[in-house]
Amino acid sequence: MRGQEARDQTERKAAMATLAQSSGDDIVRLWNEAGLPSQAELLRGPETGLVTLRGRIGGGGAPFNVGEATVTRATVRLPSGQVGHCYALGRDKQKAKLAAIADALWQDPARRAEVEARLIAPLRSALTTAHEKRRGETAATKVDFFTMVRGED
Amino acid sequence: MYVAVKGGEAAIANAHSLLADRRRGDRSVPALRLDQIVEQLALGVDRVMSEGSLYDRELAALAIVQARGDMIEAIFLVRAYRTTLPRFGYSKAIDTSAMRVERRVSATYKDLPGGQLLGPTFDYTHRLLDPELAGGTDVAEPLRRDTEAQAMPRVSAILAREGLIEPDGEMPQDHVPGDITREPLEFPMARDIRLQALSRGDEGFLLALGYSTQRGYARNHPFVGEIRIGEVELELDVPELPFAAPLGAVRVTECQMVNQFKGSAKAPPQFTRGYGLVFGQSERKAMAMALCDRALRAREFGEDVVAAAQDEEFVISHSDNVQATGFVEHLKLPHYVDFQAELDLVRRMRAEYEARESPAKVEEKRQAAE
Repeated sequence: MRGQEARDQTERKAAMATLAQSSGDDIVRLWNEAGLPSQAELLRGPETGLVTLRGRIGGGGAPFNVGEATVTRATVRLPSGQVGHCYALGRDKQKAKLAAIADALWQDPARRAEVEARLIAPLRSALTTAHEKRRGETAATKVDFFTMVRGED
Repeated sequence: MYVAVKGGEAAIANAHSLLADRRRGDRSVPALRLDQIVEQLALGVDRVMSEGSLYDRELAALAIVQARGDMIEAIFLVRAYRTTLPRFGYSKAIDTSAMRVERRVSATYKDLPGGQLLGPTFDYTHRLLDPELAGGTDVAEPLRRDTEAQAMPRVSAILAREGLIEPDGEMPQDHVPGDITREPLEFPMARDIRLQALSRGDEGFLLALGYSTQRGYARNHPFVGEIRIGEVELELDVPELPFAAPLGAVRVTECQMVNQFKGSAKAPPQFTRGYGLVFGQSERKAMAMALCDRALRAREFGEDVVAAAQDEEFVISHSDNVQATGFVEHLKLPHYVDFQAELDLVRRMRAEYEARESPAKVEEKRQAAE
């Protein structure tokens, strides 16, 4: 049971991470295509605030404050009772609200598979494609050192 | 005495509408869109985010347009906007070793795990103006190379294996990271607070100070151990979730400067380090920050404080360009009453001076007047 709970948490966090990284436009488009329900009671927000970003001295040492980032959050409750949350960089309130609803739907066992298949999976695949494209473009700028042979032999 | 003078309202209102007109410029030229600025003036946007100390591309682009491209004015606008927002909290510390790297170079090791990745750099360009850009020509897609994803440990971790380099900077166990946006600056300050001030400091100021250390003012023999640019994931601990809330990713630039150090009464010979971490793709700033960080650690290593770059109060008090521009630019605002008082004072001093220097002349004048 505890193992299952931990797995659920990991999957829920991964879904939230995918939503946070995706653009509001992509989420709205997939939402409409999937016909997911968007009725929910707003318990908080959507509201924009600041999160202070922390780094570590030398990369891995003591934490220090680098600067702030705009973050928009929302909390919603579905008619069926599930409460969902979203925190995402930026100021897109529509995105925060939909992502919070998605988080709440995800927690409904009857809805989870649908949310994963129709919303999270395509978003994740688009993000992976974008990341792989960038990685490939960066890899093409890798320096391949070779040694010039000098002298007789 | 403070004397209120009224009368500028109409002039000010008209000046602002003239500013709006000049900002827009020739109406036959299309107005700039924010996405054009975000995409095509990306490094300017990054500078405004870094020194405005707010990671938000669209807001930085808006500030650049509103400021007519005046970067310090744009940074000022962003700083002012920040103060209108509530604070949700402090993120978990980012992990730069898990960065999705877009550029990574080291000047100390040729062959290192993950390799040297040049990325989108101005380095090795010929700095010749390209007239083709003026025409807006199509640009080819960049080449791609399919490779397995490779781990890219920080160079500092590689050097650490030999034990010849100091570890990543630690603070005492119970130390809570200081925050200059909450508490006033106090000197001497801990390194974490200095780094926060440097990260939002003026690029030009830090660049000049970094340069001064290379030219012999607080020389500290630097090598670029590593520069890496890319996206890192951000997380925030919140009470309503049983795990850290994932927020998305931000692009940062990290510079690990490695400095030769011949040892002192306080520390053995070793490589010491300076650290730079800034928002966006800003490697000049990250390098300057790392040079200044190392120079400002003089006291920690028992070095003599002999140069400006080592003087913590001097550097940190003057690195913020919003404060600097505020104090310098306030000089142009009306000082009529101050100046009248000064004028009166100087007149009296001059009269006393003349009376002292040549009593005979003053006597002559008096007699002439009679």
